[in-house]
Amino acid sequence: MDENKIIVTISGKDGIGIVAEIATVLAKYGVNIEDIRQTIMQGCFMMFLLGDISKSKYTFKEIKESLTQSGTKLGMEIWIQKKEIFDKMHTI
Amino acid sequence: MSFFNEKSIIETINMIKVHNLDIRTVTLSLSLRDCCSENVKDVGGKIYNKIIKYAKNLYKYASEIEDEYSIPIINKRIAVTPISIIGESCKEYDYIYLAKVLDEVAKEVNVNFIGGFSALVEKGCTKGDLALIESIPEALKQTSRVCSSINLASTKAGINMDAIKKMGEIIKETANLTADEDGIGAAKLVCFCNVPGDNPFMAGAFHGYGERECALNIGVSGPGVVRAAVENLPKNADFGELANKIKQIAFKITSTGELAGRRIAEKMGIPFGIIDLSLAPTPAIGDSVAGIFQAMGLEHAGAHGTTAALAMLNDAVKKGGIMASSYVGGLSGAFIPVSEDAGMIEAAQKGVLTFDKLEAMTCVCSVGLDMIAIPGDTPASTISGMIADEMAIGMINKKTTAVRVIPVPNKSVGERAIYGGLLGEAPIIPINKLSSEVFINRGGRIPAPIHSLNN
Repeated sequence: MDENKIIVTISGKDGIGIVAEIATVLAKYGVNIEDIRQTIMQGCFMMFLLGDISKSKYTFKEIKESLTQSGTKLGMEIWIQKKEIFDKMHTI
Repeated sequence: MSFFNEKSIIETINMIKVHNLDIRTVTLSLSLRDCCSENVKDVGGKIYNKIIKYAKNLYKYASEIEDEYSIPIINKRIAVTPISIIGESCKEYDYIYLAKVLDEVAKEVNVNFIGGFSALVEKGCTKGDLALIESIPEALKQTSRVCSSINLASTKAGINMDAIKKMGEIIKETANLTADEDGIGAAKLVCFCNVPGDNPFMAGAFHGYGERECALNIGVSGPGVVRAAVENLPKNADFGELANKIKQIAFKITSTGELAGRRIAEKMGIPFGIIDLSLAPTPAIGDSVAGIFQAMGLEHAGAHGTTAALAMLNDAVKKGGIMASSYVGGLSGAFIPVSEDAGMIEAAQKGVLTFDKLEAMTCVCSVGLDMIAIPGDTPASTISGMIADEMAIGMINKKTTAVRVIPVPNKSVGERAIYGGLLGEAPIIPINKLSSEVFINRGGRIPAPIHSLNN
């Protein structure tokens, strides 16, 4: 398991500039995007992003705070979690 | 490069957001055996300094992990060596002072409960044990975060009936001294049979004799997640399927707790102890063990079949959880505290969940008669009778059992005891009015049971 991997999950009403906003923040904070997927689920836009924070000079907490602000600005629900929790919970 | 699965992410977020998955407690378990001294003030000073040294970053590190995984860690707590032993080293006993030290240091390090104002007296009391027991009512009145537990029986030693008689009186007095808060003192006092020394849950947590210097123990929860999973199964799914589903959920809950526990322990530089995989309900809607019974198809907790449902649930939780962690311990199973479970409260209020049914359920649940409000005028000998019954169930069945009943001062059946927070609120339920007095007054010890002829 790698504690430098993070998963960003965004959900809410689809609109222009969601990916751009999040990607801008991640670029500013030195987070490399390794994978990004989006889908519409029950009429709700959802985006999942896998990021690597190992090259970032910021802490997880700082990155999370900034992304949370972006989520609020976009009017979207945003979750920022270390990827370990998903690996541990769903793998035997 | 690594991979992820959207379905798993949505499931995890839903478990946390919709179904109240949380880590119920991270409990620092700490030995105080090196805090003994002839002078009680020295003991107090040593206890204070040692707890500060080990626990000063507990709250901070637990909060950091909470943030990293976005999973709530509800309680940060401390469990210490039974204080009866530590206080016994003093020339003059002053257990109330030691309770106040524990309370003060708990506030200082920002933990909401500190457990270990305890004595293990299943075979008999030492002078210190007795002094501690006698100081419980005043200690729990003068403190807000201290929890007390007394082990009164075990499968190996039998049942200490002298101590049970005493505890009936102590529980009443403790409730009476905190009458202005519906007897909340008694909600922080629990009597055990076969008590485990690594339980992270309150009010019964303490640092057991065979434990190392310190360890971080974790209590996970998630009745809401189990209820939702059972509800999503078809109504005609058989018990094999039901048990499997519960095992899968228990695995997921436990592995999350194990991850968080190990990370916090790592940050604190102390060993990870055990994970207690208990379904501990909260008063939040849906986060209810009684709700699981309803999802299984019982009209309400208390219906015929409830004991079977609980037995299956308890066992499946253990089987699923044990796969997810190297070290499982504590109480592990399903809790049935009445005041802390919205579904249980409703069933008790309607009169469909009775004291006797609760007692039957304790034969197969993970602990015992828990957070049950009873009339304030219940005689001490009747409370002792309840404890004796519960201890007998534990002793004969080689399991942990416990009693945490609250004789609510100046209130009677139909009224409510209100505590707030995780302790919740409970309707006062009727109890058997027959006298147990002569039986309890006999005293002595019920001998340990035979271990053959199992029938």
